[in-house]
Amino acid sequence: MYRIEELIISWFRDLVKKITGKHLLISVPSIWTAIFFICPCLILVKISFSDSLIASPPYTSIIDMISEYTLQIRLNLGNYLVLFTDEMYLRGFTTSILIAGASTVCCLIIGFPMAYAIARSSEKYRSILLMLVLLPFWTSFLIRVYAWIMLLSPCGFINTLLMKFHLINSPLQLMNNSYAACIGIIYAYLPFMIFPLYSAIEKMDYSLIEAAYDLGSSPIRAFFSIVVPLAAPGVYAGSALVFVPAIGEFVIPELLGGAQTLTIGRLVWNEFFGNMSWPTAAALSIILLIFVVIPTIFTQKQKEISLLTKE
Amino acid sequence: MRITWSKFVLTVGYLFLYFPLICIVIYSFNESRFVTVWSGFSLKWYKALMSNPIMLRATVTSLKIACISATISVVLGTIAAIVITRFSRFRGKSLFVGTVTAPLVMPEVVMGLSLLMLFVGMEKHFGWPSGGGTTTVIIAHITLTLSYVTMVVQARLQDLDKSVEEAALDLGASPLKVFFVITLPMISPSIVVGWLLAFALSLDDVVIASFVAGPGSTTLPMIVFSSLRFGITPEVNALATILMTVLSIGAIISAVCIYKKKKQMDLI
Repeated sequence: MYRIEELIISWFRDLVKKITGKHLLISVPSIWTAIFFICPCLILVKISFSDSLIASPPYTSIIDMISEYTLQIRLNLGNYLVLFTDEMYLRGFTTSILIAGASTVCCLIIGFPMAYAIARSSEKYRSILLMLVLLPFWTSFLIRVYAWIMLLSPCGFINTLLMKFHLINSPLQLMNNSYAACIGIIYAYLPFMIFPLYSAIEKMDYSLIEAAYDLGSSPIRAFFSIVVPLAAPGVYAGSALVFVPAIGEFVIPELLGGAQTLTIGRLVWNEFFGNMSWPTAAALSIILLIFVVIPTIFTQKQKEISLLTKE
Repeated sequence: MRITWSKFVLTVGYLFLYFPLICIVIYSFNESRFVTVWSGFSLKWYKALMSNPIMLRATVTSLKIACISATISVVLGTIAAIVITRFSRFRGKSLFVGTVTAPLVMPEVVMGLSLLMLFVGMEKHFGWPSGGGTTTVIIAHITLTLSYVTMVVQARLQDLDKSVEEAALDLGASPLKVFFVITLPMISPSIVVGWLLAFALSLDDVVIASFVAGPGSTTLPMIVFSSLRFGITPEVNALATILMTVLSIGAIISAVCIYKKKKQMDLI
């Protein structure tokens, strides 16, 4: 008896000795993300396959012991089928993709000249200019959306100004449509576009452009055959940084988009808080995650390709 | 020719970025309730804000949540950053990097929903965290901000000259001592930035908090959000101006600190 106890203690001591500081360091963040990130994702997948139920929590279990020897796993695919047959959800997907895509393109159109101008300004001002791009990002997100409510609403700044100068007689409907949601997203995520573009353009060798001019190229041609390819990594990174949060956005379409701009984010919210349908909300979330993961993987691949070609 | 072009672009761009915010600041001092009329300078809305008990209580709750979650997030994030940059390949490293950075691209709605489902499940099986409160919001915000902090600290650690740490190790310092005497002072600016970023993100979040907050822990953004759904309220103007002032002062101070630190490093 005594020997066994001793053996166990020595085995335990060995184990403790093997656990070095390194293991502890790895385990602390790992345990956190395992519990509060991976677990919730698995639960989300599980609930997306269960039935809705009027109870607490409002869904059925998908794994049941129906007899002593039988384990039953029942997957309800109905939650997903509904998403691809009901017109409301399909419209939600297209609205989300269109708004996110249009905002990304607009951010690129506004952000590229700005990033280029900052990168070409004298070194003294560069960090101040960059800081100024970032500063609105530090103010509250809700406030930035609210600023546009103030500008666009029927009794808001723009309508008041236009009426004062008698350009219009009745207020224009500037808010509560998908354009307003686009403007809000562009405004909120423009810094995300400018920063990667700036760091790509800043690294560029300007003598290449001068060489192109010397060889008789027009500015437009020099731009498209030299600047654009060299800034491509920044374009991909910036586009992903705008598109990915834009597609799952909830606050901006909710406050600026009005009732008919139903994005996926809003559908998830409504399913959960309005219909109390956890399984549908979970299934919608999974679809939304797929929309987010695809562009992320694509840009990761682009990054790897550009690194490989550089080598 | 080109100078005027770039000046034009920058003027229009910065006007787009700052005009809406300036409007808020100006109208927070407007006597009238409506944006349409300017009826004189007044601090009425600031007074109304200060005497609004719901708003004040929510502000205290939000600040508390932001402080606690930013602090824990910085500790966890720094550890994660060290693991990513300083440890040689170990089994599951790519999984580690993936799970730590994934919340960066996770839509807020999905994160809030999945965390709530976890908390409901946990409460059912373990009886914790019962009845909401601020704990759930703090946990959710740590999970959200952890990846941002990790990215910020990791970027700094990668730029750092490893030979200094190696020299200290060669001279017989323990890894723990190396971290506290050499590494920590060198990465301290990025830790400050990480903390501020986590603080700002937590103070900003409305979606995740709406999902996981218990009955007694309504945060400031949740109150602002529900009042914005009813349209323009001048009190929000005043609140926005105060928040903007505080946050931009914080941002400027941190920028100056980093700039000074960088200069110091360059001199060394």
